[in-house]
Amino acid sequence: MHSSAALAEQFDDLQQQHEASSLGMWLFLATEVMFFGGLFTAYIIFRNFYLPAFEAGSRLLDVRIGAFNTAVLLCSSLTMALAVRAAQLGKKGLLITFLLLTLLLGLTFVGVKLAFEWRHDYLEGLVPGVNWTFSGPDSQHLELFFCFYFFMTGVHALHMVIGVGILTVLIVMAARGRFSPQRYNAVEMSGLYWHFVDIVWIFLFPLLYLIGGRY
Amino acid sequence: MSGHVVPKKLYILVFAALIVFTGLTTGVAFVNLGKWNTVAALAIAVCKASLVALFFMHLRWSSGLMRMVLVAAFVWFAILVTLTLSDEFTRQWTPVPSSWEARIQQQVR
Repeated sequence: MHSSAALAEQFDDLQQQHEASSLGMWLFLATEVMFFGGLFTAYIIFRNFYLPAFEAGSRLLDVRIGAFNTAVLLCSSLTMALAVRAAQLGKKGLLITFLLLTLLLGLTFVGVKLAFEWRHDYLEGLVPGVNWTFSGPDSQHLELFFCFYFFMTGVHALHMVIGVGILTVLIVMAARGRFSPQRYNAVEMSGLYWHFVDIVWIFLFPLLYLIGGRY
Repeated sequence: MSGHVVPKKLYILVFAALIVFTGLTTGVAFVNLGKWNTVAALAIAVCKASLVALFFMHLRWSSGLMRMVLVAAFVWFAILVTLTLSDEFTRQWTPVPSSWEARIQQQVR
């Protein structure tokens, strides 16, 4: 009886149900690739137009914080993968622990971004439209770089916040015993989302922080 | 169970590789390689993304359908970038006919 509760009536078996969920999630992620892809393309084009300003802008970002946050996000991906594994094996305590760790690491990422990067940029007058006081050479084009920087990291952070919301729901569901080795699709699909957001950062980090040249 | 259970050790190994790649890409940015800096940064990013997709996202054990969706997404992305860049890079190839200059000047004003 247990497995019939885990299986929605429109599917033949658990395998098919799992395939259907995965396909839906991967299709959603494909649309996300296009969503971020548009931003990446625009960034590449304008970087080619105004290369010196974009390289100067890149050097104004703190590479140590960027690298630290990359490591935090990679850690959170590991704990998320381990959470899915715990769900597959039906280890409830371990599942909740790993989900909580993922949540905390996600909040750390967003917190570091807000407290150490965006706040610092604001105080330095590097936020276009809000507080822009940079008066050096190529100010206009540097402003464009920071528009891209805030929009891309902002949309990424928004995805992180949505991910934190999803994790909260998962933790509550896990605590109520809603998952079992037959029924853990929600955990796995949320994991796919979380790893995807990690992959976006894997590209944002070198494109924004590194390729301006640090030497 | 309907999914593949991956050994814990493999996850930790992949994670270690990801951290090493992060250190490497950060380190390389401090060495002047000219245009190869960008190539190295993007190549390492592609490696890292592939590791995450293959192991953390279980693509290595998924059916061909999932891989096809991901490949399709990146093919579309490649079309977007290639066509847009091909416009940008070829704008200077042909000179602007002199009779257009007046009209361009008008529009700029």
